[in-house]
Amino acid sequence: MYKIVRKKALNPTVTLMDIEAPAVARKAEPGQFIILRTDENGERIPLTVADFDREKGTVTIIFQIVGATTEKLNHMNEGDYLQDFAGPLGRATHTEGLKKVAVVGGGVGCAIAYPVAKKLHSVGCEVHSIVGFRSKDLVILEDEFRACSDKLCMMTDDGSYGTKGLVTNALKELIDSGEQYDEVIAIGPLIMMKFVAATTKEYGIKTVVSMNPIMIDGTGMCGGCRLTVGGETKFACVDGPEFDGHLVDFDEAMGRSTMYKPFERKKHEETCNLFKEVK
Amino acid sequence: MPNMSLKKNPMPSQEPEVRNKNFLEVALGYTEEMAVDEAQRCLNCKNMPCVKGCPVNIDIPAFIKEIANKNFEGAYGIISKSSSLPAVCGRVCPQETQCEGKCVRGIKGEPVGIGRLERFAADYHNANFKGKPEKPDSNGKKVAVIGAGPAGLTCAGDLAKKGYDVTVYEALHLAGGVLVYGIPEFRLPKSIVQREIDGLRAIGVHIETNVIVGKTITIDELFEQGFKSVFIGSGAGLPRFMNIPGENLKGVYSANEFLTRVNLMKAYKEGSDTPVKENKKVAVVGGGNVAMDAARCALRLGAEEVYIVYRRGEAELPARAEEIEHAKEEGIIFKTLTNPVEILGDENKFVSGIKCVSMELGEPDESGRRRPVVKEGSEHVIDVDCVVMSIGTSPNPLIRNTTEGLETNKHGCIVVKDDSGLTSREGVYAGGDAVTGAATVILAMGAGKSAAEAIDEYLSK
Repeated sequence: MYKIVRKKALNPTVTLMDIEAPAVARKAEPGQFIILRTDENGERIPLTVADFDREKGTVTIIFQIVGATTEKLNHMNEGDYLQDFAGPLGRATHTEGLKKVAVVGGGVGCAIAYPVAKKLHSVGCEVHSIVGFRSKDLVILEDEFRACSDKLCMMTDDGSYGTKGLVTNALKELIDSGEQYDEVIAIGPLIMMKFVAATTKEYGIKTVVSMNPIMIDGTGMCGGCRLTVGGETKFACVDGPEFDGHLVDFDEAMGRSTMYKPFERKKHEETCNLFKEVK
Repeated sequence: MPNMSLKKNPMPSQEPEVRNKNFLEVALGYTEEMAVDEAQRCLNCKNMPCVKGCPVNIDIPAFIKEIANKNFEGAYGIISKSSSLPAVCGRVCPQETQCEGKCVRGIKGEPVGIGRLERFAADYHNANFKGKPEKPDSNGKKVAVIGAGPAGLTCAGDLAKKGYDVTVYEALHLAGGVLVYGIPEFRLPKSIVQREIDGLRAIGVHIETNVIVGKTITIDELFEQGFKSVFIGSGAGLPRFMNIPGENLKGVYSANEFLTRVNLMKAYKEGSDTPVKENKKVAVVGGGNVAMDAARCALRLGAEEVYIVYRRGEAELPARAEEIEHAKEEGIIFKTLTNPVEILGDENKFVSGIKCVSMELGEPDESGRRRPVVKEGSEHVIDVDCVVMSIGTSPNPLIRNTTEGLETNKHGCIVVKDDSGLTSREGVYAGGDAVTGAATVILAMGAGKSAAEAIDEYLSK
């Protein structure tokens, strides 16, 4: 069992939790993920490591309430225990030798982009962060990004905060203004990563994206997380989760991510009713 | 006077039309009378060919004699000396090619039902034994076992009995390996696996779940933590695909994923949070035991038609005869000499069919089986909404990628020196599917057993 030692709502649909998991904290690196189950009947869901404290033995996860399990998770509180918490899984973000990087985060994807930006910053790399949200009330981790970025572009879809527009607008502007990046790292919704990759392809800038497909075991056993990269089938859990954004078949990945939408909808209704009864 | 009936006592089973709609165990087990009657068919031969056919060398005639004498607990005692998981083996071993395949009674008539008797003795013990197993005196030496599947559990059990302080590390949230994620409830109830694992815990085996060796901790770190020897029984978990168009459509599963959702995550039960797609028509590609399990699960989940699609002929099906027979009785449709070339999808990228070609058998290939060749102009489409790929698995790369000096072959299997399971690293042993590639539960158990002996010898020096 793994204790929830801190819980904090970052915005109405995104929650941060610190989980006591010393063995995972000891090894976790930015870019890697964990698998958790809330309770005995819970499904196994992957969540990317948002931060870790090796001394305290805690791992930070940040999740958006999108389905039955994240909803259940959000109903848990400090002091409660998760049934299972395994990791770290997947390959860590490659940061060696990078001198100047644009880190692009979208929505809750910023939670995953942040530790990458932090790591790059700590090894002396110049970091330009471009973070995008739908509106001001959904902004997360602004101070954290500021602390580890040499430049921060805050974008909102509706213009309620920062600059109105998409992250790709800001990225394009920076590149056009003469910024030369060794690499662009994009983490966010599939559609955002697709367009970031399309943008950087024109300029021939290497682009890394972090994929978060449906998964069960996270160790290469089920193949449920497979995706096509450069015409080859890859498993996000062991070959990724980061891939060359110019080679990923995003359309296929978007299709696969909707496989259980009807089931999720049904579960969501059940979960809500269940909680109503408890109250 | 032995019972000279040429036929085995038949196994009481759920009726096919009933069982293909539930997940309860198919075979119900012998009654005491049936077991005694069957045990009396054993001739108690001096040269004991059956024992030579058993990968863990159970003293078969001795335990059968105890059953014939109605000393059922005594029979269990004899089996458990050689096998850590009797209730499991009695259910899933391919006895027809092992112990029973060598039985003298099989020359004229059917062999003695050794597997059924083993199961009977184990179930009797589990239902009636009230005492606590003895915890052996500790010798203080720590051994780490990677993987809580058949190989790892056997190795752990044998070492614990010799007094070693054994810790088993399991990547998933539940111990049991293929016994819990792969083999379905109706063939091997999970309560039985749990009981066997509880038995291991009772004799002092520590089991740590949610630890992925290679990620959470490495083999080198295990040695640093004071473990004197390590056994790798991490299995062959990586599913293979055919690399044909359409394989990434929604509704295409690896057998591992499909079975894991159903068995480990209990997707068939109300209340489980894990989804599995609801299907009307399912094609399972492959002809092994895993394919039969997947097909029979699909049927129980409510599919109206389930096909086994296999490129060779019926005679070449690698699954056990009993599994094939059970599958047929339940209504699985066999499309042998049929090979998929493409999976078709609808406008929403869900599976809508599987395009196949018919095959005919040509000259024998390197495996000795006749090579299937495509029949000209035989392309046809089978209308399905789900495809399960059950064409084999490869060993997991997590350990070999993180353990320096651990030799593996071109298939990714760990290379071992001999039956001892010694790898290219001192003190590191391996066995089961991680070494052989996908094989059977009992062979993995045999490997775990030999490795336990070798580790004991190594640490006793």
